[in-house]
Amino acid sequence: MYGKGRIIPALIIFLGLMTSPIWLQLGNASKTPKPEKPKDYTECVEPTQYMRETHMLLLNQWRDDILREDADMERNDPKRVGHTANGTAYVRSLQNGCMNCHTSKKKFCDECHEYAAVKPYCWDCHIQPKEAM
Amino acid sequence: MDSKRRNFLKVAGLTAIAGIGAPSAFNMLLKGEALASSGGGHGEAAAPSGTRWGMVVDVKKFAENPELANQCISACHTVHNVPDFGNAKDEIKWLWVEKYPNAFPEHSQDKRPDYVQELPIMVLCNHCEKPPCVRACPTKATYKKKDGIVAMDYHRCIGCRFCMAACPYGARSFNWRDPRGKDENGNPFIKAENPKFPTRMRGVVEKCNFCTERLAIGQLPACVEAAAQSKALVFGDLNDPHSEVSQVLKANFTIQRKPSAGTHPSLFYII
Repeated sequence: MYGKGRIIPALIIFLGLMTSPIWLQLGNASKTPKPEKPKDYTECVEPTQYMRETHMLLLNQWRDDILREDADMERNDPKRVGHTANGTAYVRSLQNGCMNCHTSKKKFCDECHEYAAVKPYCWDCHIQPKEAM
Repeated sequence: MDSKRRNFLKVAGLTAIAGIGAPSAFNMLLKGEALASSGGGHGEAAAPSGTRWGMVVDVKKFAENPELANQCISACHTVHNVPDFGNAKDEIKWLWVEKYPNAFPEHSQDKRPDYVQELPIMVLCNHCEKPPCVRACPTKATYKKKDGIVAMDYHRCIGCRFCMAACPYGARSFNWRDPRGKDENGNPFIKAENPKFPTRMRGVVEKCNFCTERLAIGQLPACVEAAAQSKALVFGDLNDPHSEVSQVLKANFTIQRKPSAGTHPSLFYII
């Protein structure tokens, strides 16, 4: 083969560069997010799997109920105040509900959102708990 | 015979048009759809049902105590994280003071005594029974709740400012700048954040929400609470004849802002 002294090393370097993203990230690929769960509470408003998959829909539902439908509600109406499976009452609110237990946005929300590269705009307006800042 | 056929076809055609058109026109009038979009004017409001929150502003008491208005404004703006941008062009206001001729331009200003011209008139969103802003909003970001409060869902606001153009009272403000930002001296626009209430973001419209979040937990609006001692602001259910606000309205002569706009405000003024 003519000029194999340059072609073969060049091919090896080329292949190495092309595949570099794969082997450079080898160690990191298996690092799954570990959101910190609250220490004082053992259950969330819905089962963990449901919360993992559909918390965004749940928050949207809360928002629409509280902002638009609260006119006829009594003070402890299930639309405003929910109850967990074990009967613990909670306020249906991100800022005044969720973040009462999940006191750190960084250690809870961001953990998964950064891993999944999603950027929800909740905190453009809602004020995150002071501890997390 | 040709002319007779021609006449017959004309009459038949007109009859068909009238037959098809008349029922739908009647239906529209009977259901009141045509009225709903053009009604209003000076007449009586619709028959009351359910709660309708309203307020009476006793301007005399604000004139007696010049500090009171500022106390109410600062209570409101603190509770709701309203930013202070420090200039009139970008100003965000939920509750503010207007002079009599500006607050009541439809009322005659002729030969009014000087003290009336200088009266501090507390103005805020009127929470109209027929809110023009709600009709103008293309995304339903602003809407009228069953308790009469004209509320906003800032998540849905796209910042088109149609509502600001539609509001006859100038009760809406636009966030030209980021309310979370800082001025050139490094001071935040929101002096002290209330962690119980969100801020807004750049590019949305905001206004008074009659403290719907406080009513929900059994508290009075922040401004009413700030003026509680003087009873300068009376808040309550306009549809309940026994409520304090209804009693005050029965006992006093009150006026509303721009009655000819036909919006039926929930705010009344004792001058």
